Amino acid sequence: MPILFVMVIENNRRLLIYMSFAVSALASLINALAGILTVASGKTEQVILPFGLPALPFHLRLDQLSGFFLFVVGLLSFFVSIYSIGYVNRLAAGKPIKRLIVFYNIFIAAMFMVCLADDALFFLVAWEVMAAASYFLVMFEDGRSENRRAAYIYMVMAHIGAVLILLSFGVMAGFTTGFEGYTFDAMREARFPLKWATVAFLLSFFGFAAKAGVIPFHVWLPEAHPVAPSNVSALMSGVMLKTAIYGIIRITFDIIKVFPWWWGTMVLVLGLVSAVMGVLYALMQHDLKKLLAYHSVENIGIILIGIGLSMIFTSFNLPTMAALALIAGLYHTMNHAMFKGLLFMGAGAVINATHERNMDEMGGLIHHMPWTSAFFLVGCISISALPPFNGFVSEWLTFQAFLLSPSLPIPLMKLLIPLGAALLALTGALAAACFVKVFGVIFLGNWRGHNHPVVTEAGWSMRVGMMLTALTCLCLGILPTIIIGWMDVLSERLIQAQLITTSGVYGWMWLTPVDPERASYSGPLVLIGIVTVCAITYLLLHVKPGKISRVAVWDCGFQRLTPKMQYNSVSFSMPFRRIFGFLFDIKEQIWLSPQQGHPAFPVKSNYYLRVRDRFWGWMYKPVIDYVVLFSRKAGMLQHGRIHVYLIYSFVTISVLLALL
Amino acid sequence: MKLQLMAQVNSFMAALVLIAAFAMLAQRKIKSLVALFAWQGLFLSINTAVVGLVAAKHHLYISSLLTLSLKVILLPYILHVLVARLKIRNEIETIVNIPTTMLIGIAIVIFSYHLTAPVREMSTLITRSTLAVALASVMIGLLMMITRKHAVTQIIGFLAMENGLFFAATSATYGMPLVVELGVALDVLIAAFIFGIFFFQISTTFDSLNVEQMKNLREDN
Repeated sequence: MPILFVMVIENNRRLLIYMSFAVSALASLINALAGILTVASGKTEQVILPFGLPALPFHLRLDQLSGFFLFVVGLLSFFVSIYSIGYVNRLAAGKPIKRLIVFYNIFIAAMFMVCLADDALFFLVAWEVMAAASYFLVMFEDGRSENRRAAYIYMVMAHIGAVLILLSFGVMAGFTTGFEGYTFDAMREARFPLKWATVAFLLSFFGFAAKAGVIPFHVWLPEAHPVAPSNVSALMSGVMLKTAIYGIIRITFDIIKVFPWWWGTMVLVLGLVSAVMGVLYALMQHDLKKLLAYHSVENIGIILIGIGLSMIFTSFNLPTMAALALIAGLYHTMNHAMFKGLLFMGAGAVINATHERNMDEMGGLIHHMPWTSAFFLVGCISISALPPFNGFVSEWLTFQAFLLSPSLPIPLMKLLIPLGAALLALTGALAAACFVKVFGVIFLGNWRGHNHPVVTEAGWSMRVGMMLTALTCLCLGILPTIIIGWMDVLSERLIQAQLITTSGVYGWMWLTPVDPERASYSGPLVLIGIVTVCAITYLLLHVKPGKISRVAVWDCGFQRLTPKMQYNSVSFSMPFRRIFGFLFDIKEQIWLSPQQGHPAFPVKSNYYLRVRDRFWGWMYKPVIDYVVLFSRKAGMLQHGRIHVYLIYSFVTISVLLALL
Repeated sequence: MKLQLMAQVNSFMAALVLIAAFAMLAQRKIKSLVALFAWQGLFLSINTAVVGLVAAKHHLYISSLLTLSLKVILLPYILHVLVARLKIRNEIETIVNIPTTMLIGIAIVIFSYHLTAPVREMSTLITRSTLAVALASVMIGLLMMITRKHAVTQIIGFLAMENGLFFAATSATYGMPLVVELGVALDVLIAAFIFGIFFFQISTTFDSLNVEQMKNLREDN
């Protein structure tokens, strides 16, 4: 639909933006509603489209899992589309808006299609359309070589992933019977020998992991997210990564169904590594969007922890625990979509206002952008997993899955489960530290940059978009029982087990995953508690005038405080660099610039810091180097001399004749 | 008795074709090379006619005539014109010196006889013993393309290879179907024309027909 608009309304840029994003918001909302209803009603609908390849029609299927992801994608797309009206309007003029709008809509539509696809062919078509559309969105500002490089890396990773997924489908289709072997239905019916099931699972898991940004396949993520427009980053990070989660769940729980315990262990370990490494790398960043991108790696890790635990419990035949872990993972999927979308939207508003991505050049924005900072704070609290917002609920559920797990018969698991819980706790703490840094450096303090632009608050539609997302975060945080009650049908369908969510009289208030004796959490009560404490503090401070007095900052007698003396993101993360330094590729230099060449009188000291991802050097660079080396060597065969080519054919003929 | 005689004629022609191939390998002057090529074509044509007589395959007469007109008259004429137009008078430059080339040629002939030994045991055709010669002349043609620097000698090498293939066809299976032979003949003719046109282009571009110069076309890395 909106693509039609682009063709019709060519001239009026403003009208075009309003109309097209309004339509995409509406379409997303409809999809989200369809998702809610499907999950709530528990019905499954199937449609066979009359087009596709000859004799291979496309199959669509809307079941509970699809419905859930449809809801997540639709809801965030709805918010982001509202936000985009203002955001795209404020983007610098003269940029190719039409291209942005067209690919934005194709991108969203492709994500819906991925969730709905019910055969391998259509799934891959939608998957590739999604990758291609997002590639063009990443390339939006293609004037800079850095953006082109990021988009290229993204494309390469996306294709490696797609090839693996394709191979996996191929393996699975090999065990189906009948002509319609490419449909998921046929694959569900099929029985796979363990060896081939493992091959299919590994291929598809690594294929989806490349898309989800699981360490060590995350390299494209911190490159691509910062350079895309912020509304696109919100969608890419918030929901596009989730389509990969959808794929993993679909293949593992829905198609393969029976699996040995070590699959789950592998997922769990990769999840843990992604979570811890992701947050550590995020801490080291000073580019706001890059930092958020690394946090996506972390959160995907947390989701995979839930899924991995669920797979382990399923293979040990503990359906209730498996349901708990799966719900935790899915809940975190939804939560991450919301708060990461919110954070990227907030980051977009900030970057749009300051034209700056480096956090060390910002500061004190709370005075200029009170709304944005409030919403951003909500996002920060959510992602740091603090009550009463949504991040807490899902991480708490994941913890419960760890802590309530009975001892498993395998020694490795006995070791891994407590260790995993500890690492998850570390991740949460580090994430909180990281967002203290983000919020403090951007919104608090004074302006740190060299030139001070005029910073204005974001427009109404951006504020509305962010506000709705923030409210959703709050609702998901305080009403988990209702939402889990709604989602329970998922675990029932996938692993035939339900979660006992409520018990007692005030059931809807208390979230008790397994047993009220052991653990329960009440969102509404926590909210009431927090609100009460805040209100009392406010009253105590403000009820008597004159209790608050504003004085100059104590300067320790130094007398000349400058904004440069503030904490910035580099100094904030210094302790973590000292502790976890071995995980990074750090280059740190301090040198003095002497006055008129005399080293005894330095005028200023310079500081240089470069923190890089080790994985690039460990995994990717050697591969690239070998490929380049090999192609050089192969290129030496091409002399450009006819005689040499003739000798090649002569030798080939002779050898073949002699051998055959 | 007649069959015996014919087999001997066939072997004799095969020997002549091989000698012509070696002579071409050894020849330094381009005009003589063209003449040798024409001679090879003539032997080929006679051989085809003989085989046609023995096997009572009458379409072989047509292909014999075709060979005569194309490879003995038309192509040498074209090459002759080409040489004259391009004013090529020099001796032919070789990459490997001629005695070494001849030695390699001998090795090829031995190799071919070794390769075709199983075929000779299985086949019942009277021409079977000449298959090795045919294979050898194909490979000698290729060897000629490899060792010569001049573009015109390369095309002669190519055409000599084609002669070898034709010879192989007649000796191994009493000739291909007529349609195929007509097609091949036409192909060779067209190839000769295209080469001719190319040579004019190449000689105007590089001021030389030395294919070594073509490596300048390669993009440098």
